Amino acid sequence: MTKQTRHAIWDKTVECMPRDQLRDLQNRRLRALIKRVYANVPFYRDKMHATGVTPGDVKSVEDLPKLPFTDKTDLRDNYPFGLFAVPQSQIVRIHASSGTTGKPTVVGYTANDIDMWSELMARSMSAAGVTNQSIVQVAYGYGLFTGGLGAHYGAERIGASVIPMSGGNTQRQVMLMQDFGTTTIACTPSYAMVLGEAIRDMGIPLSNLKLQSGVFGAEPWTEGTRKRLETLLGISAQDIYGLSEIMGPGVSMECPWQAGMHIWEDHFVPEVLDPDTGKPLPFGQQGELVFTTLTKEGLPLLRYRTHDLTVLDPMPCGCGRTHVRMRKLVGRTDDMLIIRGVNVFPSQVEGVLGSLPGVSPHFLMVVNTKNNMDTLEIRVELTREMMSDTVREIEDLQKRISGSVSSVLGLHAEIRLSPPGSLPRSEGKAKRVLDERKRE
Amino acid sequence: MYVKQISVFIENQPGKLAAFAELLAREGIDLVALSIADTTNFGILRCIVCDYERAAKVMGDAGYTARLTDVLAISVPDRPGGMAGAIHALTAAGISIEYLYSFVRSAGHNALLIFRVENLEKAAKVLADAGVALISQEEVRTL
Repeated sequence: MTKQTRHAIWDKTVECMPRDQLRDLQNRRLRALIKRVYANVPFYRDKMHATGVTPGDVKSVEDLPKLPFTDKTDLRDNYPFGLFAVPQSQIVRIHASSGTTGKPTVVGYTANDIDMWSELMARSMSAAGVTNQSIVQVAYGYGLFTGGLGAHYGAERIGASVIPMSGGNTQRQVMLMQDFGTTTIACTPSYAMVLGEAIRDMGIPLSNLKLQSGVFGAEPWTEGTRKRLETLLGISAQDIYGLSEIMGPGVSMECPWQAGMHIWEDHFVPEVLDPDTGKPLPFGQQGELVFTTLTKEGLPLLRYRTHDLTVLDPMPCGCGRTHVRMRKLVGRTDDMLIIRGVNVFPSQVEGVLGSLPGVSPHFLMVVNTKNNMDTLEIRVELTREMMSDTVREIEDLQKRISGSVSSVLGLHAEIRLSPPGSLPRSEGKAKRVLDERKRE
Repeated sequence: MYVKQISVFIENQPGKLAAFAELLAREGIDLVALSIADTTNFGILRCIVCDYERAAKVMGDAGYTARLTDVLAISVPDRPGGMAGAIHALTAAGISIEYLYSFVRSAGHNALLIFRVENLEKAAKVLADAGVALISQEEVRTL
């Protein structure tokens, strides 16, 4: 809690709404939501029939435990558009993120959804001090990934000047940052570190820059990283959280008090569950974060299991916002990895290797950091079929495997062949991940 | 006409080659010729041995990924220009060499050249026509 600057609150009426009023609003929206999904999404109707729950049984947020969960696998089973609640003619945007297998997780937005997302990103970025005077450099990837366009629409909604840089091209990012007088940088914290070190290594004094704040998300980061980024870039660094299934970035956002991320509860109802039993836990206890989307039209989700572990804190915040705060993420309940902001599941790698003839299914994903950027090396055991007497053939094979894996993951993966039997196996089940990244 | 070469995958890490060499020593496997093609992460050790069936089994049992390939072995005079004639014949016939290594069993006599080419049959004929002495698997046993 270094700089408790009081930035203007974007939507004070809602963001500072007394909690009982907020609860009334949630209850109203929840009832309408249940009617909508029951009428329009056969998947939910069938699930509710199976447990004998009717829309009338859900009157308030307290009734949420009566409703079925949704998991990533449900999106996969209904790939690509099966859970959409509106005709395709009303969908104006499609994004996608990693699935647990070769197929991505697809999300669709109506025009109202995009409007709501822009509004919540405007709230979020305002909490980081963005105003219509700001120059916002968006260095999240643009494309199927929600980061780039999410931050872009939010900053535009505020009236800031947006530089749609997308990721990479560090020298050019730094040049424009100086020339255009960027005040806010939006990117992954690991890329912010790359930018900060590039600025330092290029010998550019911070006084040549106009940077004030950073909106950093898409991967978990620590207080240690915050301190380094704030020093390196001379900014206030704020954590933003989101997932494409629920909306994208801006599901929750830190305020200048840096004491947890406010979940925009007028649109999303969070629950924290015991990940093993699925039983709701009271505020203050660590568990799996689950969201119900109250207002989304394209892809409304009931009790979506994020597999992210956190703690919720409903106590009033110094900033005046009343929306519950979630603590920085402490881990996952599944084996999902976040590498350079990209969600990666070992099962995706397993699927690709299994589809390549002669290639061994035994692998180990080694995640590391090099120059502050995550690296992914996949060690694959060499079979007799893969063996050759020429280096060229083996290297061609490595490239082919790397190409197939990288295209499914959406992330470059180096392939390293290992002798048969050399990769660790424990309890008959392979240990598939070795995460050697240093977390401060 | 051809000779069986064993190719073995060896990780490029300290001690890996030593362990392999110890295996050969322990099993009494005599190397007639040897080369290693190396990359940052791994090497391919290629060798010619007298009893390749037994050697391949020993390596496989010890957990190595080994592969047998037909290669050409020729004997050339161990003096300057000894190799040139053979290479010239192949080049003139448009046969490119994937890789090559050589071994001298006893000083001053003939040198052994091991070749890997795409078209073994054609290369063997070209070399024979050029008067180059081809060595067979049986002859390897007696070297």
